[in-house]
Amino acid sequence: MQPVPTLYYVALSALLFTLGVIGVLTRRNAIIIFMSVELMLNAANLAFVAFAREFAKLDGQIFVFFVMAVAAAEVAVGLALIVTIFRTKNSINVDDINQLKG
Amino acid sequence: MTITPELVIFFLLAAVSIGAALGMLFSRNAIHSALFLVLNFAVVSVFFIMLAAPFIAMVQVTVYAGAIMVLFLFVIMLLGAEMLRRGGSPLRWQTGLALLLAVLFIGALGYVVFLRAGPLAAIAPVGVDYGGPVDIGTKLFQDYLLPFELTSFLLLVAMIGAVVLTRDSRGRGIGNRLSNPGATSATLKELGQVGAPASPPGQPRP
Repeated sequence: MQPVPTLYYVALSALLFTLGVIGVLTRRNAIIIFMSVELMLNAANLAFVAFAREFAKLDGQIFVFFVMAVAAAEVAVGLALIVTIFRTKNSINVDDINQLKG
Repeated sequence: MTITPELVIFFLLAAVSIGAALGMLFSRNAIHSALFLVLNFAVVSVFFIMLAAPFIAMVQVTVYAGAIMVLFLFVIMLLGAEMLRRGGSPLRWQTGLALLLAVLFIGALGYVVFLRAGPLAAIAPVGVDYGGPVDIGTKLFQDYLLPFELTSFLLLVAMIGAVVLTRDSRGRGIGNRLSNPGATSATLKELGQVGAPASPPGQPRP
């Protein structure tokens, strides 16, 4: 059984990453922006695992672990920030967050 | 190139994952966006299984689609921020620029991936145990012990940061009230009542 070529996975990963970039740049809801960042991290994970399979080395899969841990930490802190901003501004639209000392 | 079952599955799932990503981008309701993202993560975990990474796939489902997305949904519902009001954004021109740059980016990547890459090498076969928990654990604790410990420290710092950031900073915590020299007797009495053990109903308070 011939597996799917690695290039296809890399292309799919690039597409998903680009969609995440578009989400970060065009959406105004802070939570959607965070979810787009998660999408980009996930696309990078897909490329890592694809190359780990290509070279039959496990190191790529280990790096996926670290990316997941960093993503979890980032989500915890980022959502705490969003909750705090919502308390003071009563909004999570990033266009409303335009003062240094709200 | 012959059409193998793997290829058919790959293209079907790729279509689903890109569709889910698009749905996340363009749905107006943040809850729908989060659920589309869960679908995308589930599809990517199937890709991980096809790429001989079963353990990573399970971690993806439990940690990403489970824990992280539940946290997202929890915050969305806590804030009641499902629908964002539509308003004129001061940065409208940014949307067109973002789309243009995204097309350029994907064009550059496609050029590198499909035109500049050499002929497809045959992918080396891997053993049955490749990517299983034993394999991953051995690698993690032999070659990547220091990064592993640093990751645990990072998670600890993130947890402390989340607690500190969401603390009520307007001084309404009980500790702040007690340390405040201007605390009125009414406040102290109220605190005493809150702190007293609840007497069972029917018994008068002493």
